[in-house]
Amino acid sequence: MSTETENPPADAKPKTQTPPKPAAKKPAPVELPAFEKSISDKIVEKFGDKVEVGFVKEDRVRINVGRESVHDVAEFIRDGLNYDHVESVSGVDYPQDNEIEVVYHIGSYTDSSLARQILVLATRAPRETHPIPGNDATKLPTLRDVFYSVEFHEREVFEMFGVFFEGHPDNRRLLLPEDWADLPPLRKDFAIKGR
Amino acid sequence: MTVELPPGLALQKVDERIMTLNVGPQHPGSGHMRIIVQIDGDYIVACDPDPGYVHRGEEKMAEYRNYITNIPHLERPVIHDSCNVLYPYVLGAEELLGIEVPERAKYVRVIASELNRCIYIMYWLAIYGIFLGHSTMFMWPAGDRELLIDLMEKMTGARVTHAHFVPGGVRNDLPPNFEDVCLRQVNYFEKRIKEYAAVFYDNPILISRTRDTGILSRQDAIRYGTTGSVLRASGVDYDLRVKEPYDVYDELDVHTNVMKEGDSYARSRIPWLDMMESCNIIRQALQKMPKSGSVRVKLKPNPKTKGLESVYKRVESGRGSLGCYIVSDAKTEPYRVKLSVPSFRNLIALPNLLRGEKLGNMPSVYWSLNYWPVEADR
Amino acid sequence: MLKDLVTPENANVFVGKLGDILEKAIDKPLGYAINWGRIWSLWPVHIETACCSVEFGAASSPRYDVERFGIIEAFGSLRQCDLVVVQGTITRKMAPRLRLVYDQMPEPKYVIAMGACAITGGLYFDSYNVLPGIDGVIPVDVYVPGCPPRPETLIQGCMLLQEKIKRMKARKFV
Repeated sequence: MSTETENPPADAKPKTQTPPKPAAKKPAPVELPAFEKSISDKIVEKFGDKVEVGFVKEDRVRINVGRESVHDVAEFIRDGLNYDHVESVSGVDYPQDNEIEVVYHIGSYTDSSLARQILVLATRAPRETHPIPGNDATKLPTLRDVFYSVEFHEREVFEMFGVFFEGHPDNRRLLLPEDWADLPPLRKDFAIKGR
Repeated sequence: MTVELPPGLALQKVDERIMTLNVGPQHPGSGHMRIIVQIDGDYIVACDPDPGYVHRGEEKMAEYRNYITNIPHLERPVIHDSCNVLYPYVLGAEELLGIEVPERAKYVRVIASELNRCIYIMYWLAIYGIFLGHSTMFMWPAGDRELLIDLMEKMTGARVTHAHFVPGGVRNDLPPNFEDVCLRQVNYFEKRIKEYAAVFYDNPILISRTRDTGILSRQDAIRYGTTGSVLRASGVDYDLRVKEPYDVYDELDVHTNVMKEGDSYARSRIPWLDMMESCNIIRQALQKMPKSGSVRVKLKPNPKTKGLESVYKRVESGRGSLGCYIVSDAKTEPYRVKLSVPSFRNLIALPNLLRGEKLGNMPSVYWSLNYWPVEADR
Repeated sequence: MLKDLVTPENANVFVGKLGDILEKAIDKPLGYAINWGRIWSLWPVHIETACCSVEFGAASSPRYDVERFGIIEAFGSLRQCDLVVVQGTITRKMAPRLRLVYDQMPEPKYVIAMGACAITGGLYFDSYNVLPGIDGVIPVDVYVPGCPPRPETLIQGCMLLQEKIKRMKARKFV
């Protein structure tokens, strides 16, 4: 969005009036970058109302998907749009929505026109108030058979948020100590010392 | 649901030919992680990396600190590459807070991050020398990197943990006469690293130990999502400084080093070539930099973002592309900070590279992945 | 004559006296020599725990060259080492391993806590996975503050440890 900021006065004031950025929930009002728009159009054309376009910014396209169709969308992204690897898998906990969001940042090495692009694929899993990691409703289908590179990332999300990935071959603990018996630490209801 | 056992403790079918060996965390060839290898005679049949010995919860603590006080925290994962590891967070925070950075600050950032890349690679090379039992190759890079550390100390005031990049620019302007000193040091440094070829890269013992070991094919490098020197050693031409230039890299002439072999030797040579490229970039940046001007837009204390929005920024660090995903919710603290670190992304290649290798080649293959355990654990 | 003096009842007393005499004999003339040997051959064990290991590596580099002071570069086999330099943060996963390393080392052994994280937890004082200092895991001889400490500071810490060993009673471990 930095491209369309009007030139600020060169004083030491922080700018409070920036142009309205497209928030995660509503479509952007400003004119959209053409190439990125075409990527999101292809996905919307294929899947219709199963997907929702989060935002279309310069070099970044965000697609929100329900958990039941995330696997199909990921396969289409790999086969139809030439994306080939996942850079990061991040969980975000939303206790007010009672959901945990898992965000895949997908990039491409083989297609040089997509080298700048990151496709953000977001899906949500139900959140349990008293989680039993692996044995509760917080489950998502794994994308490891689509993108091999998510293997360790999904293991990390499992231990940090308690999101169990069904079909993942190796849902073991990765970073936390072996005797960790507390809540998954990156959930919002896990408080650190003195906070 | 089976009972989850920690790695290495799960019961397995006993085969008297296969032996399980724990390498690390106290081992000169492992660093701060444990690698559980299963060997048949001298050959590795399976490998299970067990990171997490330095998992310090940076991402959780970032949710409790505001955008400015996060800066010293988020550079701790790689303190000898601290400018680069902080760079995507600063770029993301600038986009969220809506700040435009002065032109001179962008050049200062580029110079600092290229110097830091050299400092990182020199340390990596020194440890690679230790892993291969090549003591000279520890002493030379460890001594020569002090030259650049001196430069960074002049620029930022600290040896390794600079905390120099802030949202809105850099903390301080360059000291007087810095350009001349920097040019002189960098020229000497470049002359010096060229001498490493004779003692290290053309050394027949090194070549026989690293050539054709741990071969990562081009398809696998892409499929595993590796990055940085690992990717470029396998023949993929991908460097974010060229492909997605941030700050002023689009005005500089950056050349990407690519090798096709994909073995440990190529992976160890690419960072060395990168250092010479960094010297080129520093010289260009010193020439093109505006000679005067502001280097920082002052922020008000405790800046707030607009609303629920997210940003994903990435830069090319010493190890590869390093991303930072920030979710903000109109508070002074970020709602979620996720570092997508190259070490963690390259780790997935390790079990696949080690399968079928000799155990003696394990340290050289492992360290050629440009892996820094503290960063992978965060 | 000695046989007459020692009875089953006073055997302990007699052995204790003998021990005292030996200790006195060793402490004065031999103790100096033993400590001198220990001071100039401190072998640190090769255990990196966090990012301070960068500065520990720099301390062995040609510019700082900690070997001048009798601190040899980090060494692989912990059975031959007598110094643990805890290089930074100890996480909950690492703490049992650190204790294991310490327990396997032969006496006498010394510990330097390097960096703010090893002393109090440092920047990570409120993290969920970091110990607030390593005192609860192993006994510490010298604290070297800094985040990370400069190599000069580490060298000064090593020299403080040498001073400390010089004043220690050698008989404790004989």
